[in-house]
Amino acid sequence: MGPLIFLVLLVVVAGWLIAAYNGLVSLKNQTLNAFKQIDVQLKRRHDLIPNLVNAVKGAMDFEKSTLEAVIQARNQAVKVNAAGPEAIKQISQAENALSSALSRLMVVVEQYPQLKATANISQLQEELTSTENRIAFARQLYNDTATQYNTKQQQFPTNLVAGMAKAQTADLWELEDKAERAVPQVDLSMKPKA
Amino acid sequence: MTDEPSLNLFQQQEANRRRTFWLMVGFVAFFAWLGFGGDYIYHLYTLRAPHQAYHHDFPWFGIALSLVALLLAWYAYKTGPDKVLWSTGAREVIEPQGPKEQQLVNVVEEMAIAAGVPRPRIWIVDDPDPNAFATGTDPLHSHVAVTQGLLDLCTRDELQGVIAHELGHVKNLDVRLMTTLAALVGAVALIHDGATRFFRGGGGGGGGGGGGSRSEDRKGGPLLLILLVAWIVSWLLAPIIAQLLALGVSRKREYLADAMSAQFTRNPLALASALQKIEGAEAPTEHIKRGAAHLCIADPLGRRLTDHEGLFADALATHPPMAKRIAILKGMGYAQLKKEGGAVS
Repeated sequence: MGPLIFLVLLVVVAGWLIAAYNGLVSLKNQTLNAFKQIDVQLKRRHDLIPNLVNAVKGAMDFEKSTLEAVIQARNQAVKVNAAGPEAIKQISQAENALSSALSRLMVVVEQYPQLKATANISQLQEELTSTENRIAFARQLYNDTATQYNTKQQQFPTNLVAGMAKAQTADLWELEDKAERAVPQVDLSMKPKA
Repeated sequence: MTDEPSLNLFQQQEANRRRTFWLMVGFVAFFAWLGFGGDYIYHLYTLRAPHQAYHHDFPWFGIALSLVALLLAWYAYKTGPDKVLWSTGAREVIEPQGPKEQQLVNVVEEMAIAAGVPRPRIWIVDDPDPNAFATGTDPLHSHVAVTQGLLDLCTRDELQGVIAHELGHVKNLDVRLMTTLAALVGAVALIHDGATRFFRGGGGGGGGGGGGSRSEDRKGGPLLLILLVAWIVSWLLAPIIAQLLALGVSRKREYLADAMSAQFTRNPLALASALQKIEGAEAPTEHIKRGAAHLCIADPLGRRLTDHEGLFADALATHPPMAKRIAILKGMGYAQLKKEGGAVS
């Protein structure tokens, strides 16, 4: 009876080892894939901005500085080609700068109804909203997946396999933007947001 | 049918795969019973017939019906999504026409990113009542359809909430189970109608010719009688059982998909307000027939039953009460607002 129990135990432990190892590898690849998704969406934004700038340039002789800030931030973001552990930090810094420049531009566009009335602009506005959303959702998916991955590899007993699966803590995509960090208005009336 | 929201995604998908499989097995088994049961009854019936008369020894009905059911189950699984879309008269959005459709395409692409699934194919049902559904066999072959009414009525955020809800169904493979079920419900109705017609025609002819032999040997015994009753009851109940299955399978899933929508958009209040708008538009969605009702985000038939909970409604409504869904989503929204407020102070 003794050897049989031992054998069963061995099979159970081996099965768990395989499952835990494979789970970690799968999560690692999901995290990498989610990161690539952010990249794809950022490229999309970089390609969109020249169109946007061309569309508003003719109608916007005023507020030149806002427009230039966008162009500059975009070129800066395209240039960042970092690799290694600092990559996420550098990319996210450049992209967050671009995000805030863009949101400033959109605020300006909102202020000029004749500009907004152009069909071209509202179409671009939709595109830009969508692109910003895509980046935000890609970032959210990455952070969710990375958090899941990090938690898994640190938790007992999966952490025993983490070394074998070459699991490393994945960096989260931080919000460095001042606007996004800003204190939200606290509404104590408990009314739903309109 | 007792989905626990605490199950993780992988378990949900596994459960849905398993349920789809057993649903198809059950479907084939049911028709096998109808066929072989009929054979056996006929066999017992002709057992005492004169030597030269027809003896039903080989189970032709059983084999034929099982094969037909097997083919139908396979066909339903393969073409279910097409059939569902076809039955609603949806048109696919390939080149978006106008800003509203462009927005829909954008929103679907955004939510596909948030859900981490490939972009589904997008369809519009030309119906003024706001509603939406998802269909498909797996995330790689999935479809999301919304009505024109939903596009016209909802803001961008609300549309996002609704699409995220549908992608929740896609991601946890609800679509596979629900679409196969829809196709099988249709198939049951089809077989039932066809077979009833066949038996009526055939039975009428046979009754006239075999009248003489019947009076001689009616001694199949109580077994024959019980079998016959069970068999006839099965025939009569087949479409009803299929309908009940379709009703029961979807209700718990709606809460889960609502929760997944909140997870994808981080904005449960938008879905709550979308549901409120959908609820406010009382008219039934005419393009979506009974067979596909359980696929929709809100009951397309506009049945008042959906407003109640309890044993009766639990058995007969395809959707949970809207008020409860909205209340749960609002609860999530306020909890989120509180947390954000609390994190700052």
